[in-house]
Amino acid sequence: MIQAINSALDVMLGRDPMVVVMGEDVGYFGGVFRATQGLQAKHGRTRVFDTPINECGIVGVAVGMGAYGLRPVPEIQFADYIYPALDQIVSEAVRIRYRSAGEYWIPITIRSPLGGGIFGGQTHSQSPEGVFTHVTGLKTVIPSNPYDAKGLLIAAIEDNDPVLFFEPKRIYNGPFDGHYDRPVTPWSAHPAGEVPDDYYRIPLGKAAVAREGNAFTILAYGTMVHVAIAFCEENGVDAEVIDLRTLVPLDVDTITASVEKTGRCMIVHEATRTGGFGAELSATVQERCFYALEAPIERVTGWDTPYPHGLEWGYFPGPIRLREAAKRLMEA
Amino acid sequence: MTSQDGDARRNLPPLALHVPEPKFRPGDAVDFADFEMPVAGAVDRPPTDSASRDMAGHVYAMVRVLDDEGRAIGPWNPGLDPDRLRRMLREMLTVRAFDERLHRAQRQGKTSFYVSSTGEEATAIGAAHALDPDDMCFPSYRQQGLLIARGWPLADMMCQVFSNSGDRMKGRQMPVMYSARAASFFTISGNLATQYPQAVGWAMASAIRGDTRIAAAWCGEGSTAEGDFHSALIFASVYRVPVVLTITNNQWAISSFSGFAGGESTTFAARALGYGIAGLRVDGNDILAVYAATAWASERARAGHGPTLIEQFTYRAEGHSTSDDPSRYRPSEERNLWPLGDPIKRLAQHLTTLGEWDDERHAALEAEVVAEVREAAREAEAQGVLGDGFRHHPMETMFEDVFEEMPKHLQEQRDQMLAEYKASGL
Ligand SMILES: Cc1ncc(C[n+]2csc(CCOP(=O)(O)OP(=O)(O)O)c2C)c(N)n1
Repeated sequence: MIQAINSALDVMLGRDPMVVVMGEDVGYFGGVFRATQGLQAKHGRTRVFDTPINECGIVGVAVGMGAYGLRPVPEIQFADYIYPALDQIVSEAVRIRYRSAGEYWIPITIRSPLGGGIFGGQTHSQSPEGVFTHVTGLKTVIPSNPYDAKGLLIAAIEDNDPVLFFEPKRIYNGPFDGHYDRPVTPWSAHPAGEVPDDYYRIPLGKAAVAREGNAFTILAYGTMVHVAIAFCEENGVDAEVIDLRTLVPLDVDTITASVEKTGRCMIVHEATRTGGFGAELSATVQERCFYALEAPIERVTGWDTPYPHGLEWGYFPGPIRLREAAKRLMEA
Repeated sequence: MTSQDGDARRNLPPLALHVPEPKFRPGDAVDFADFEMPVAGAVDRPPTDSASRDMAGHVYAMVRVLDDEGRAIGPWNPGLDPDRLRRMLREMLTVRAFDERLHRAQRQGKTSFYVSSTGEEATAIGAAHALDPDDMCFPSYRQQGLLIARGWPLADMMCQVFSNSGDRMKGRQMPVMYSARAASFFTISGNLATQYPQAVGWAMASAIRGDTRIAAAWCGEGSTAEGDFHSALIFASVYRVPVVLTITNNQWAISSFSGFAGGESTTFAARALGYGIAGLRVDGNDILAVYAATAWASERARAGHGPTLIEQFTYRAEGHSTSDDPSRYRPSEERNLWPLGDPIKRLAQHLTTLGEWDDERHAALEAEVVAEVREAAREAEAQGVLGDGFRHHPMETMFEDVFEEMPKHLQEQRDQMLAEYKASGL
């Protein structure tokens, strides 16, 4: 997935002179996850560059560049470090179009790795998407595979509104089935690991049916898409897995079509539970599919604690938790 | 249209963006010939009640006590007795052996991550000796030397690194994110520079309560770019806070050289001037200079003359962490050619010059600390390593300490977790 993201940035730097890429360690070094490797050498030091360690500044100057007409793609090294930039995102970037009645707009795409499963402890594991989906004027994208990551990132960069592009770091190098004790399978063995070199887009706001089924619907995104699919395959569960891809704007039609078909719904995310994006999904399904539901909606999420280093695999909503939730869902 | 305001080109030369670039990249020959070596003993020692602007020169100069021959000279020479110097040497050697051991343990899969402080040992050990043992430390992740100088058990630190059953942090924190309240050592955060305003706040509290303890904080030069650094300085200045703020300028912030924190245009100590804070720039590989500057700052703080910002000029000899490969962005020989040398060698040379040390004793001391570290590692590893399972602490402990008292929704989640694990036969 790293190569796909690198390719999307490369394609866009080549196509559009207004695109600039910046962030901590993204220049010469190519990023701590190598997502920008080789881009500075190819596109030059004023198109791809390192920044001071100041997330507020990184986003703040990106807003200014966006106001000028560039399409900045700032990187926040870990989603856990996005909070110093909160004011520039929440009070500024997302409101400038509105407060200037369209005189100004901020076409920036903030990239940031999120999620756990790499023993990153409390400060390299969080999934803060729910903090941002609550903010209007901001689009939030979380890809689950290399093919989507490239197409969605290109669409995000071309979008004229601020986009937060969260990259689940646990699946940078291969899909993850939720079993921490098994070897990692590389993307090369996965159909969505095949990524065309050229430009293509995947529209924001469109979910994908990642696996078809009839028993119940699983709503997931990012890493959890793979955990959900593996759970179905391993247990012979005939569930339908919807990969949301974009959280805001949400593809409500794909969700409701699936839940109306299956009559049951499980929501899976790694982020903490209370006020998480799952709550929004649950409310949406309840509002739209109430008469089709045959059981209460199940939410499988990270616990409402910080991400513990040593107990990471007790925290992570893995196969055991999906199995128990599926039982409850089907027994009801 | 190329910008939101149109393409308003006038008959003026085009602007150009400056992007800093370090002197040497991999493949370049490293040559520090144009490094202007500050003269040891040359910088005056101002009275500790000096106004910031009256000692403005100190933010551009560099306090050095040890000269090339290992003699301690000039007004900053703290005149420490040989026993104290030998203790400092022993502690620096312990930090180095500790780092080597745990770096290796990470490579062996015994833990997930480790951060060494190799080459920077003097900045923590020297400071710890100059502060009182109950002065409150707000460190970054690279000041393990503070704990070691305060006599904290090595095995306890290692248990934290292994997230094992002996880990007082219950396996919750990433390796090296120690906490030791009994050593007046604050819990370390992974979020850079957050400890800076916290240290200022702690010291404000100490002043509000008429206490006698001061606070001290450390961060890297890269972290000085964060807003929290500047928030700390303005509060420290306004309330004349009894705090010692140290920047360990080890030249590199992961792959970014100090130029990306503003180091091309000025020194880090000079950040003090705009805030009216006393600033000192110090040879961080000269433990006597580190000690003397920190002692000056703590004397100033205790006497009510306010904060000091100290830049410790040093070099990060190893990678940023075990996740880093520095040969990708800087020449490997840079560390060997670093003009300010190695802090351990320099103190050993000084002791030798005094007639208080020799190679034989040095080798014996090295062997002694390596054995001590090995023994501590054995003790710690007997309590488990990260690699051999994730159940050193009962799973349900995860829910403790989120709040003082566990609210109902967390109790329910805990019970659900236990029931689900039980149902699946675990
Ligand atoms: C708020 C925040 N942003 C980014 C990071 C990622 N990060 C961890 S260490 C580091 C470099 C810090 O360099 P410096 O302050 O010079 O300290 P050093 O590691 O050299 O001691 C970065 C960018 C972080 N931990 N916290």
